[in-house]
Amino acid sequence: MAEAIGLCRPEVICAYPITPQTHIVEGLGEMVRTGEITKCEFINVESEFAALSVAIGASAAGARAYTATASQGLLYMAEAVYNASGLGLPIVMTLGNRAIGAPINIWNDHSDAMAVADSGWMQLFAETNQEAADLHIQAFRLAEELSMPVMVCVDGFILTHAVERVDIPEQAEVDAYLPPYEPVQVLDPQDPISIGAMVGPDAFTEVRYLQHYKQTLALRLIPEYAAAFKKQFGRDSGGLLRSYRCEDAELIVVAMGSVNGTIKDTIDEMRADGLSVGLVTLVSFRPFPTAALREKLVRARNVVVIEKSLAVGMGGPLANNVDLALRNVGGAPQVHSVIAGLGGRPITKASLHRVLRGAFVQPWEGSHFLDLNEKIVAKELHYVRKVRRSGPTAENLLRRLGQAEKAAV
Amino acid sequence: MFQVRIHGRGGQGVVTAAELLSVAAYLEGKHAQAFPSFGSERMGAPVVSFCRIDDKEIRLREPILEPDALIVQDPTLFKAIDVCQGLKPGGYLLVNSNRSLTDLHLDAVAKQLPAGHVLTVPASELALKHVGRPLPNAALLGAFARLTGLIQLQSVAAAIRDAFPEKIAAANIAAATAAYDAVAGADANAAA
Amino acid sequence: MNDRTLDATQKLHFYQKGTFTVGNRLVSDQQRAVQASIDRSNALTCGHRACQGCGEALGARYAMDAAMRATGGNVIAANATGCLEVFTTPYPETSWQTPWLHSLFGNAAAVATGVAAAMRVKGRPEVRAIAQGGDGGTTDIGFGCLSGMFERNDDVLYICYDNEAYMNTGVQRSSATPPAARTATTPALGPEPGNVFGTGKSVPKIAVAHGIPYVATATVADLHDLERKVMKAMGIHGARYLHIHVPCPLGWGSASQDTIRLARLAVECGLFPVFEAEHGVVTGSRKIRRQVPVAEYLKPQRRFAHLFGSEEGKSRIAHLQAIADRNIAEYHLLDAEGEA
Repeated sequence: MAEAIGLCRPEVICAYPITPQTHIVEGLGEMVRTGEITKCEFINVESEFAALSVAIGASAAGARAYTATASQGLLYMAEAVYNASGLGLPIVMTLGNRAIGAPINIWNDHSDAMAVADSGWMQLFAETNQEAADLHIQAFRLAEELSMPVMVCVDGFILTHAVERVDIPEQAEVDAYLPPYEPVQVLDPQDPISIGAMVGPDAFTEVRYLQHYKQTLALRLIPEYAAAFKKQFGRDSGGLLRSYRCEDAELIVVAMGSVNGTIKDTIDEMRADGLSVGLVTLVSFRPFPTAALREKLVRARNVVVIEKSLAVGMGGPLANNVDLALRNVGGAPQVHSVIAGLGGRPITKASLHRVLRGAFVQPWEGSHFLDLNEKIVAKELHYVRKVRRSGPTAENLLRRLGQAEKAAV
Repeated sequence: MFQVRIHGRGGQGVVTAAELLSVAAYLEGKHAQAFPSFGSERMGAPVVSFCRIDDKEIRLREPILEPDALIVQDPTLFKAIDVCQGLKPGGYLLVNSNRSLTDLHLDAVAKQLPAGHVLTVPASELALKHVGRPLPNAALLGAFARLTGLIQLQSVAAAIRDAFPEKIAAANIAAATAAYDAVAGADANAAA
Repeated sequence: MNDRTLDATQKLHFYQKGTFTVGNRLVSDQQRAVQASIDRSNALTCGHRACQGCGEALGARYAMDAAMRATGGNVIAANATGCLEVFTTPYPETSWQTPWLHSLFGNAAAVATGVAAAMRVKGRPEVRAIAQGGDGGTTDIGFGCLSGMFERNDDVLYICYDNEAYMNTGVQRSSATPPAARTATTPALGPEPGNVFGTGKSVPKIAVAHGIPYVATATVADLHDLERKVMKAMGIHGARYLHIHVPCPLGWGSASQDTIRLARLAVECGLFPVFEAEHGVVTGSRKIRRQVPVAEYLKPQRRFAHLFGSEEGKSRIAHLQAIADRNIAEYHLLDAEGEA
């Protein structure tokens, strides 16, 4: 990923270390030092808040700026996240998707992306490391064309720490695809402007509306740039979404990120058993491709949304977004929510078989938590009902697990 | 698809082993995927890494639950965790040790697997001899190449050369070759 | 570009009407302030919405024009949220005639770092970055980013306009609020009315401790000195910090025409030491011309009104006097023979 980003000729790179993105930034730092990346300033910042702030200053002054973070770091820079999009700065950021604490957890899920999904940044989810590399190249072009920042979401550890076959393009190819940054607005003593004034009730709605409108423009540009990418580099990467074996599917799965690979293997096995199932892989989460998704889903009987995120108190945020695509559509499929992989719990083919085959037989209401340890949950609920000051949940569960282990010995 | 699971402890190069294996397969024109079981960096803690090799695109992302081969870099792990969990009936087991299978209490396991699929290799000793440090991963990959025939020794060597500076690479290749030859020799003896 | 330095040891003794003001028309061209010249940049031009008598507007105008003079008009400013940002950019108007960016409350230093990096990378190193913030945005919420910028020795001049409280939001206490001062969150009530003694931090001192190339405090009571310091700072590359004392009539409860007088009294009583430092060592201080007791400084400010007319108040004033005396000793504010 560092190589792909390096090929995009970033001019200011500023990032703060956090698992699982550290080696991407370290790689870039090395490349700047050795001169593999030229005309680039690499700044070691003291916090994620500083990281995005430095990128904001650099971008506003006309430089192509890049940063990377995850989870806690993203939240620490949350104020700046909204600031960057509100100011219309085309910063590209790698988000190494990781769970948000408490409880502290360094493994993969999509809660960090979900926390800022409505901030005005575009969010693209990579399925493979190849796509992760490719999406960064597309992201810079997209961000700079629309004057709007983009997050490239890459599953922490599962993709960030995996070694797999990736085709790194040539500099000339990337240069042909990604022109130099020509800002829409820039700080320049030759032509001074003031950026970032307070906007009152008289104009705030219009500013927000225009941001929203720009994302609808992105709905057209994203497929356009993916097509141009295919033309330049010779492979499919990016776009709004893609489908797998959906043509006649009775049940369609919707998911984002690396889990799509495992789902495809599962679907092939189910198809071999005569089950009519397909998959829609969502690449662009923001802008949310409502129309394109509706077109794919409308003829199915059931839709199962599998997501690595949970809106505590509501259910699955991705499922909620998918509902939007089918709102007010007569005869629309039923949507069923699966919450899986939280905090890095592996999503296995076996479990997918269980839940998807189950969906054919008995679709459920509400969110189904894949591989939930019902026994431990029941024990905790029982304990909490008995004891008023029952202590922190995570520690209680650990104690129970410890007791279980002792009992087993 | 061939799935390899590598067990060891932090600091023994378990993650690197999986990566080198995947690169070796890639150099032979195969598709490969390598990833570790993730956790905070900590010396001495049990570590698992995974490598998948296939002739077509690998889409699966789950941890390897049913490996076709197990490489065990540290035999003390047998007492700590169920190392062999999920190992396929026709699978391979390669253990870094200068002791016999019997001494390692692995006879029962070996009986359940095809003859010649379970092997010990004194990889740490070979590493000490050729590299000067008891990092058994390169030697184990050399032994693995001979044991399974899944990849060529020269691919392992090329992967090592790609990953390390010249001198270190040469030393590791020597260790890998020695292990490869040791397995070949044992085979020859068994056949005779 | 004009090369004047205002290192003026002005051997002039002008005592006009009980003040020490030296009018610009009475000095030679060389020694006039940047503000006195017709071709000053007016980087912060008229039409802004500051209160009558605002010390910050005065200080910022002088500071920015001096910076523009020093750099030939090549300045980009990153401004923290606060009074200065609010009163200079009443959307859709702006009174800035230099490129200006307001990002967030706590990140002005980091944003300026980014601007400076961009200019270097674009091959325009002559364009310099200035970060500006009030005391709240600098000593409290912006402290992390400030320290980071210092530590990296980024090429940024950070100017703090210190009016000793969060004025824009209604006069709440900051870590720059002096002891005993009344603010909305340190009301003049209870056994210890006003801001608590033993709290607060000196960011100039902390800046010096970072060992950065240049640190200075300045005041709107000595605008020549302020301009000189800005111009000196712009001649240096690396992290620089300028802390300007700017009275706030509204927040301090003082008369709007007293702004400069109060700033001078703060210097002359020793509560606001004016000094310079380079690479961790104090290199000089502005001597007190005619020392006054702290009470003379405190009296015209309603935020200290509760100190007058009680025994407890007297002892608190004495406590403040002790702080002033400590400053005088530490920065040698009385050592020289009072040269005007």
